[in-house]
Amino acid sequence: MNGWQTLLYKESLRFWKVAFQTIAGPVLTAMLYLLIFGHALEDHVKVYGTVSYTAFLVPGLAMMSLLQNAFANSSSSLIMSKVMGNLVFLLLTPLSYIHWFVAYVGASVLRGLIVGLGVFLVSLLFTSVDFVAPLWIVLFSLLGAALMGTLGLIAGLWAEKFDQLAAFQNFVVMPMTFLSGVFYSIHSLPVFWQGVSHFNPFFYMIDGFRYGFFGVSDVSPWLSLAVVGGTLLAVSLAALQLLRSGYKIRS
Amino acid sequence: MAAISFQSVSKAYPSPKSAKSSDPGRTFLALDGVSLDIEEGEFFGLLGPNGAGKTTMISVLAGLTRASQGRVNVLGHDVQSDFAAARRSLGVVPQELVFDPFFNVRELLRIQSGYFGIKNNGAWIDELLENLGLSDKAGANMRQLSGGMKRRVLVAQALVHKPPVIVLDEPTAGVDVELRQTLWQFIAKLNREGHTVLLTTHYLEEAEALCGRIAMLKTGRIVALDKTSDLLKAASSNVLRFKLDSELPRSLAEQARITGRIVQFPAHDALEIERYLAAVREAGLVAQDIEIRKADLEDVFLDVMTQNKDSVHSQGVRA
Repeated sequence: MNGWQTLLYKESLRFWKVAFQTIAGPVLTAMLYLLIFGHALEDHVKVYGTVSYTAFLVPGLAMMSLLQNAFANSSSSLIMSKVMGNLVFLLLTPLSYIHWFVAYVGASVLRGLIVGLGVFLVSLLFTSVDFVAPLWIVLFSLLGAALMGTLGLIAGLWAEKFDQLAAFQNFVVMPMTFLSGVFYSIHSLPVFWQGVSHFNPFFYMIDGFRYGFFGVSDVSPWLSLAVVGGTLLAVSLAALQLLRSGYKIRS
Repeated sequence: MAAISFQSVSKAYPSPKSAKSSDPGRTFLALDGVSLDIEEGEFFGLLGPNGAGKTTMISVLAGLTRASQGRVNVLGHDVQSDFAAARRSLGVVPQELVFDPFFNVRELLRIQSGYFGIKNNGAWIDELLENLGLSDKAGANMRQLSGGMKRRVLVAQALVHKPPVIVLDEPTAGVDVELRQTLWQFIAKLNREGHTVLLTTHYLEEAEALCGRIAMLKTGRIVALDKTSDLLKAASSNVLRFKLDSELPRSLAEQARITGRIVQFPAHDALEIERYLAAVREAGLVAQDIEIRKADLEDVFLDVMTQNKDSVHSQGVRA
């Protein structure tokens, strides 16, 4: 392994060593959502006319877990290393800012995919889901995880204390994921909130992802692809710039 | 080629006071035009009181901090523009006792080797563990180790890539005698094998015993730079030392170095010694355990620091 591969390996090993907390925990949480909301709403809500509510919920929950965990991986790893001071061992190496970026985002993508897949597989115990367009599923999984891993990288660099990171998670990531159409189709919303949802990049990640399963979505998957791809590009450039300038890690 | 070269290096931080004031241009100079060349194979000591800029110098050298002015090279590699080569040449033992709680000792050393692109480093890692007395801790998680053991791991981590230049920032702070012995034996061995060593420490007897050349730093400036032997020669040659149960009169106390009951006067000749003893007697005090010893590095250090006292005010904070 060369330098950046080692960092990718180390970042992956880090979450793997506490898999009970980083993988099993989020899968269980998603299952609780599925059981409770599925039970309460299954007989009352049909989406896109034909899709059962539980089946509709599965891709949304899988994607939500994937996104949240991709974010959590890079952000919590960085803030811990900063607070504990062991980031210095990485700062002393010849790794470039591009190596840092690839490794941190790569490990986040990996954790996001594992958790998302875990949620999906376990939920198959409760319902069956179609795969109309699997390529879209793979594509949006990768882009969504990369986007959130990169956002986590930025948040981890920016935050100086755990509570700042928690604030970012609770006041930005959580509301945006919950209001993105995980639990509902935005067509069921009043027109005003439909409009607001269109400004939420999370909506496009989940909508595009869901298209892969049902072949139906609130907006065209191509539009979702463009929005998610564009956002990923923008946050990646921002993250690379922060890493290059040593923002809050090299004075 | 110099192993380490500082050329007119300054580092300014925003002054904590001026953050509130209306004058944003005021900065605090942690390093003020430091120039220093350390040759390959040297065992070099960097001394200075807390806040003198020792750690800032090391941070600039290691690329943890960027110099505001000047250039720093490691074996000819600029630490900014050619950082990868510079960092490959450099092994830094940080001052803070930091560790990664997710991994055990061997995993950490393997990972650290990997960052430098080194594969199959097992033999060298074993040698490091052996030499630092860590062999039986290889499988232990970092959280389970005592402070001294964590310190040894820090040293091992800094050396995984066999750096030709080794930097130790107060490696023996809060460390027991046994580890100090083990550590210095190992570092001295590496130095004999050709590694350049840069050491900062507060233990002046260590610096005197180990370092061939010494720089003393004060408020960001080098105030003394010489061979250890020449520094010792230039200092007042003797020290009068005795114990006292009561307090010295103020006029005498100002010239002395007092540590609890121990009183020490710098003295150049027998006459001076007699004069001090007479003054003590006249004050009605009884000096016990009187001895005269050669000046050591601590005396030189205190000399240099007091001589440069006046300059503190003029350069601490600058516009």
